[in-house]
Amino acid sequence: MASLAWRNLFHDKVRFSVTLTGIVFAIVLIIVQIGLFLGFSTATTAVIDHSGADLWIGSKHVPYIETGAAFSERKLYPVLATPGVQTATKYVVRWSQWKRADGSNEGVLIVGFNPDQPLGGPWNIVAGSVAALKAPDAVMIDTFYQQKLQVTHLGQVVEIDGRRARVVGFTQGIRSFTTSPYVFTTFKNGQNYAQLREDQTIYILVKAVPGTEIAALKRRLAALDKDVDVFTTAEFSRRTRFYWMFTTGAGIAVLLAALMGLVVGVVVVAQTIYATTMDHLREFGTLKAMGASNRYIYRVILKQAVLSAVIGYAVALVVSVFVVRGSESGGAAILFPWELGAVMFFVALAMCIGASVVSINKVTKLDPAMVFKG
Amino acid sequence: MKTPAIAVRGVTKVFGWGDAAVRALDGVNLDVARGEVVLLMGPSGSGKTTLLSVMGCILHPTAGSVRIHGREVSGLPERELPTVRLENIGFVFQGFNLFPTLTAAENVELALDLKNVRGREAKRRARSLLELVGLTDKLDVYPEDLSGGQKQRVAIARALAGDPQIVLADEPTAALDWSSGRTVIELLRKLAHERGRAVVLVTHDTRILEFGDRIVHIEDGRIPEPSVGAPILAPAAETTGAIPTSVTA
Repeated sequence: MASLAWRNLFHDKVRFSVTLTGIVFAIVLIIVQIGLFLGFSTATTAVIDHSGADLWIGSKHVPYIETGAAFSERKLYPVLATPGVQTATKYVVRWSQWKRADGSNEGVLIVGFNPDQPLGGPWNIVAGSVAALKAPDAVMIDTFYQQKLQVTHLGQVVEIDGRRARVVGFTQGIRSFTTSPYVFTTFKNGQNYAQLREDQTIYILVKAVPGTEIAALKRRLAALDKDVDVFTTAEFSRRTRFYWMFTTGAGIAVLLAALMGLVVGVVVVAQTIYATTMDHLREFGTLKAMGASNRYIYRVILKQAVLSAVIGYAVALVVSVFVVRGSESGGAAILFPWELGAVMFFVALAMCIGASVVSINKVTKLDPAMVFKG
Repeated sequence: MKTPAIAVRGVTKVFGWGDAAVRALDGVNLDVARGEVVLLMGPSGSGKTTLLSVMGCILHPTAGSVRIHGREVSGLPERELPTVRLENIGFVFQGFNLFPTLTAAENVELALDLKNVRGREAKRRARSLLELVGLTDKLDVYPEDLSGGQKQRVAIARALAGDPQIVLADEPTAALDWSSGRTVIELLRKLAHERGRAVVLVTHDTRILEFGDRIVHIEDGRIPEPSVGAPILAPAAETTGAIPTSVTA
């Protein structure tokens, strides 16, 4: 005999579809909201996380990557001379204005790096190369922003901050948290586009000799100059992420949306599972009258919950993958790492079992004499 | 005299408290013997179903004693009552109370499952019980596709799954036409007379009077004497269709 739990779920296909829809909706909602949070969160620090640097030297108290203040590039030389430093390079990250083909301006974030160093450059290059950026006025943008920046082809000449620029390559998937696209170029060009003086830099990126203790190297570099701050890449990433996610309305909105997604998801699942149990309340009363122990009935209800969770999760996973893929061409980046998928399985189980516990409480208090009421 | 299957002594059941208290049963005494069909009759609200619930160990009496095969059960803690029901009592309900998501055979197998009888043995016994109630051809049919009479016969098969010595039926013919009702009541009588079960039927249906061995009237929660110690008839004597002993209020 198929179990009562199985039959209760699957006998009425329409009812089951409604139940499943509720659970799938809840799980997809949670995945999308958390994925959005992760997507935004990751986008805020993408340039830092992909920099390949071990340490970042920036202006004092710089709160996040986009607001570094300029300082003398001469600070680079003592850094290079510090034991444990394999290489160090000047780096620009700063706002500028991109003039589109129709004459309007679009805010961009200039990322100026040394193309001869493996630090701070673009990744996921789908057209052109880092070497091509060595050409005068060469820049690289992400395909996602081609339309926004009105770039139709490689080699297109544009204007940044009143200076000539030429698109020599495209990346794919490098999105910024703000609405301003990243524009990768050489450090020298970056100085020009960001209106820096020739002797100024915004950051110094440091790569340590393999095996060097990073914390100790950080302390040595910090001791060199009191006018700058030294961060490990992880620290600077956390600092930037914290700024965008917790001190701006945008980040909090995304975070709240993720939390709301979780709450709404839990409520929908709870309501759905509760309703499923209530649908069979009279049958549980009959079971009690027949002599079933509470434990027997709990097993039926919990089995229903686990079956609902597993099936709902499987369907939700497929739907979520489609939603995430669909979002790749849209404005919002939804990240769906496998860890989130794994965690969601347990969240789905917990939601369904938790909701069933609420209905178990109702069944526990069920008067078996109800079976005699017509 | 043999030990009655059910012995109710001085049972009182009060619902609610204070001014809102309702005395549903008031000092009820009743014995039901093995092999006997007792018809419990009375107007609506007289306490029939409450008495059935107390006898079925579904409700605790407020006062008094209930013995099942000589064992005092009225003082048992709540958690032990399901086992008493499972081992001693089969219920047949007015609304059938079949599980709509299970076939006729599975409904019976579910009752067997409660007694840890599973797999082939459960299938064999479910088939045998449905054969007993004349539904061999309806094993795989869902309740929604059965007639009222067939549903009640499945319910009887289910009630018998745990091999209980007591069958309590609440208005088992109320939702049935007379032909179906007669089939059901004959089946219950057969259970008592041929298989020695104690059968208690709560009913309003006067057409089934001839099928009872004893009629007990209850009114305002009271049963007049002599409902206790009524003669326990030998099954052979009961199959003759003798005029039932009627106790009227």
